Amino acid sequence: MTPGQRRWIFLAALAGLAAFYLWGLAGLPGFGNYPGPYGDIINRIAVAQTKATGVVSAVNFEYRGFDTVGEEFILFVAASAMAVVLRHLRNERERDPRDATADWAVPPASDAVRLAALVFTGPVVVMGWFLASHAQTSPSGGFQGGVVLATAFFLIYLSGEYLLFRRISPVDLTEAFEAVGAGGFAAIGVSAVAMGLPYLTNFLPLGTTPGAVSSSGTIALISFFVGVEVAAAFILIVGELVDQTLLVRQGDH
Amino acid sequence: MHIVPFVVVVYILAVGLYGIVTSRHLVHQIICLIVVQSSTYVLLLGVGYKTGAVAPYFFDIPVHTPAVDPVVQALALTDVVVEAAVTALLLALAIQAHKRFGTLDPQELVQLKG
Repeated sequence: MTPGQRRWIFLAALAGLAAFYLWGLAGLPGFGNYPGPYGDIINRIAVAQTKATGVVSAVNFEYRGFDTVGEEFILFVAASAMAVVLRHLRNERERDPRDATADWAVPPASDAVRLAALVFTGPVVVMGWFLASHAQTSPSGGFQGGVVLATAFFLIYLSGEYLLFRRISPVDLTEAFEAVGAGGFAAIGVSAVAMGLPYLTNFLPLGTTPGAVSSSGTIALISFFVGVEVAAAFILIVGELVDQTLLVRQGDH
Repeated sequence: MHIVPFVVVVYILAVGLYGIVTSRHLVHQIICLIVVQSSTYVLLLGVGYKTGAVAPYFFDIPVHTPAVDPVVQALALTDVVVEAAVTALLLALAIQAHKRFGTLDPQELVQLKG
């Protein structure tokens, strides 16, 4: 099939999709007329029930906690699958990370980049930690905090310190952290079962003040483990891609 | 009835799909897939929106304040995470395809081998 033919088939299909979509839209309540009962019910009861003022986190780590376990393992599996897909093939070898791409000398990171990376690393770690530990109060949580935490490691890499990046986040250790994060979430669920409660029941004391950092029981704890898992997964994923450009060469190049 | 946000959804979807269909580069194609998935964020948040409502965070507002649906917002979060995972895996596959076949053009890849 030529690209031209493919484009025409696509445009015809798109016209059909648009027609059915607009037809379907005509029967739906319009934008702003939210009809569903679930969101309203949860908004009404979540703060009293979980002592978490961030209702989205309460949904993620409590009401829909079982889904979130699956979601976290999607990320876990993706990071593992990347390691499998990007494993060294037979004719590949690792080379010294200090030398540059075969035919192109990479300039060292400029002082401005190095300084910016140095200045931002500390605050980014604090920010990530803050986000991962405040799921119960504000629009944050383990997923957001984990990504921000991983950014701190990439800042170190950006400053040109590949060897330092690998020294403070060796693959084995990062994988162990990832496993602890993913396993911790599942283990919290199993602990509830061990106490004779349904899986992922919030068995910790909820605290008395809604929105306090110590409130909301397992929501805060799960968010912490998710933060560890997400940070480790992102460091692994980006680390794999970085290794591909820096270390792995085909054949005799 | 306001339908503009839902028209935006299908517009983003169509633009992304068009990019996938006509793409000549795998990395470009992966980015187009991200665009397609972005339409689901707009859809989810659009479905849960209530006119005049606030974000579902009751830290400094009374609990009975009308707020938008937190369930779809949680789903949007899941969506973002899955997108990141899928993108990472696809990029890894693109790297291997380039190593194996020396090209990232989907047309040429099809001709090389099934």
